[in-house]
Amino acid sequence: MTTLSEELHPPRSEVGPIGWLRANLFSSTGNALLTVVSGALLGLAGIGVIDWIVNRAQWRVIADNLRVLMLGIYPIDQTWRVWVTILIGVSLIGLGWGVWGGILRSLALGSAAAALLLNLFPVAADTRLYTVVAVGLIFGGYRLARGRAAWRRPVIVLGFLFPIVAVLLLRGLDERHPVLPLVRYDVWGGLLLTFSLALLGIVISFPLGVLLALGRRSSLPVVRGACIAYIELIRGVPLVTILFMAQVVLPLFLGGETTLERSTRALIGVVLFSAAYHAENVRGGLQSIPPGQIEAAKALGMNSLLTTVLIVLPQALRAVLPATTGQFISLFKDTSLVAIVGLTDLLGAARGVLAKPEFLGLSNEVYIFVALIFWTFTYSMSFVSRRMEAALGVGKR
Amino acid sequence: MTPSQARDHNRPAVWRDVRVLRVLAQVAFVIVLILIGRVLLLNLQAGLDRMGVKPGFDFMRQTAGFPIGEGLPYKATDPYSYAFWVGIVNTLRVLVVAIPAATLIGVVAGIARLSGNWLVRRIASGYVETIRNIPLLLQLFFWAAVFAALPRVREATELPGPTYLTNRGIYLPGSMPSPAFGFWAAAIGLGIVAAIAVYMWRSRYQERTGRAGYPLWSALITLIGFGLGGWFLAPERPLIPDLPTLQGLNFRGGFSLTVQFITLVTGLTVYTGAFIAEVVRSGIQAVPKGQTEAALAIGLNRRLVLRLVVLPQALRVIIPPLTNQYLNLAKNSSLGVAIGYPELFSVGGTILNQSGQAIEMLSLIMLTYLSMSLLTSVITNVYNRRVQFVER
Repeated sequence: MTTLSEELHPPRSEVGPIGWLRANLFSSTGNALLTVVSGALLGLAGIGVIDWIVNRAQWRVIADNLRVLMLGIYPIDQTWRVWVTILIGVSLIGLGWGVWGGILRSLALGSAAAALLLNLFPVAADTRLYTVVAVGLIFGGYRLARGRAAWRRPVIVLGFLFPIVAVLLLRGLDERHPVLPLVRYDVWGGLLLTFSLALLGIVISFPLGVLLALGRRSSLPVVRGACIAYIELIRGVPLVTILFMAQVVLPLFLGGETTLERSTRALIGVVLFSAAYHAENVRGGLQSIPPGQIEAAKALGMNSLLTTVLIVLPQALRAVLPATTGQFISLFKDTSLVAIVGLTDLLGAARGVLAKPEFLGLSNEVYIFVALIFWTFTYSMSFVSRRMEAALGVGKR
Repeated sequence: MTPSQARDHNRPAVWRDVRVLRVLAQVAFVIVLILIGRVLLLNLQAGLDRMGVKPGFDFMRQTAGFPIGEGLPYKATDPYSYAFWVGIVNTLRVLVVAIPAATLIGVVAGIARLSGNWLVRRIASGYVETIRNIPLLLQLFFWAAVFAALPRVREATELPGPTYLTNRGIYLPGSMPSPAFGFWAAAIGLGIVAAIAVYMWRSRYQERTGRAGYPLWSALITLIGFGLGGWFLAPERPLIPDLPTLQGLNFRGGFSLTVQFITLVTGLTVYTGAFIAEVVRSGIQAVPKGQTEAALAIGLNRRLVLRLVVLPQALRVIIPPLTNQYLNLAKNSSLGVAIGYPELFSVGGTILNQSGQAIEMLSLIMLTYLSMSLLTSVITNVYNRRVQFVER
């Protein structure tokens, strides 16, 4: 044992905190100068920002308008439906954590932490209750499903059913229904609208994107030409023009009798837009399938349809899962453009709040709050996407 | 039995012949498209009739009647077509400033993310991760609020120059050509020709002798020499300074940028810069480390390693996604409509609302963006082909 202590330690200046500082911040004169200058600038900016956040910002504007920012003018007495939807969602995440672990674990723990953090703010009593139930459901789901590999398939099915259940629950059945009265899509607002546009947009446009991608690789020149024309047209123009078209021109094309709600029209615009981008992602996945796979399927006597459905698509879609998450993230940000065509999504609701005379001049507070929400969601989604990429071994198989 | 006879015998029935089926499938596809298109067009026609809108582009000759805040000289009595052109030029003005600025910021931030300095690296990733995860529209609103907090015209902040910062825009000193401007311009033109000649002479010298010929520096010095010579030999000063002065309620003279223009350019630059930083970073990281090590081993210094070995290879990886970012920037410039900058989409939208010619205007707007996209990709594809690796 004594011989160990007699071993020479590396010099102090090369390891430990001092060594780290020397290597990373002060390796040369120029580097030291860079460190000092950027550190000073960062410190000054940081002090200014913290002073503003703590002392000068008037956060009551957020507290007063939290409901509008989250749900728009969704009826107050129907708020429980939003909560139930969230509870179903988090239970699914909890179940998924139990069955798979991995990234769903981070997602579940993140959701639970977010729910608990919400209680730091002055929120209504029922909100506190719901958040506690949500945390309970996350951990309950985990305990229930832990180690049960047989539950994987049912959980996946439930996951696919979730958007449908959510829409039914949130939109309701008809005006006079005793439990679930109709809440028109136009009434949805704030973060709820932003989320629904992005989620429904990605889910509905995905099959369209797959079809377009298959069409683009079709050997039939007419089909291929039509698909290429659609994809390149949509990708060549800004989303605003497509949203505008969906608002102004779509009703003309559909004739006088059909009246669509403004939000539905925006959703159609988002779907038409996102399908073209999906198609390009999926095409990338299709191209990554080695021709040998198709030739082997043909040699087994499969026809083109079976080859596509059973051999090509399963492999291609797994390869494009990360790209699809990326697409969802950018769609989540891009849906803020519906504020330009007059919808009250998160950003539109924020603009609405700022237009009120009593909140004039508080734009920094509102914008920073909205930015924080967007940032939290997109950053955690890109984190999930990176982990998923690693878990699926994309680019490694 | 000859081979052709064998083929005839084995020929499948018509309904199972792939060649026939292929044609049939395409015909069916076209018929379905036509049927859907017919329903949509009939609906459209009925709708237009009901609203009393006459299809066609004749309305473009009518008087626009609305003001446009900036850009080319324009009166409200000009026709729609000219107003649209003013919008296109305004979009191009934004692109001309924002694309180089975003590239500069992106390259600096991208290299900073790979810096050996921990703090610099952190600051650069903080910038990239913050900006990329917040919607551009929100950032534009934020910048608009920031610039709206500048002082009013009467209390303008004065910077040396004189330059005035106000909540309506920035007023910079400008210059106007004097009668002697032509003389100076001719001298500069001559200087460019001479600089090219010097460049060719010095690079040929370098190639022939193997000694440093400094072609770029020599050419630059030649050009500057001609410019200075022309300036001092001219009968009077070729440029007269034109300073902004407060006249009544606004500044006159000089060179002014409206606050909407500055907001849009700032927003687009900061946003796209973060994306370009990622493109640059991944491009540099794509160059194998062995390349740098080999270049250092044959005695090149760090700067030459970067310039001659790493960057040319990184550029190949960088250019295709960089093009995409430029295209995104061009498309995102349409968000100027939200902050009151009269660009192509904003002016087009106003015309659409006034004239009611929705289909025509939207197709015009989309076609303009589409041709901008196609033009950009053609130009960068040509450049891309020049830098791409030629495989043997």
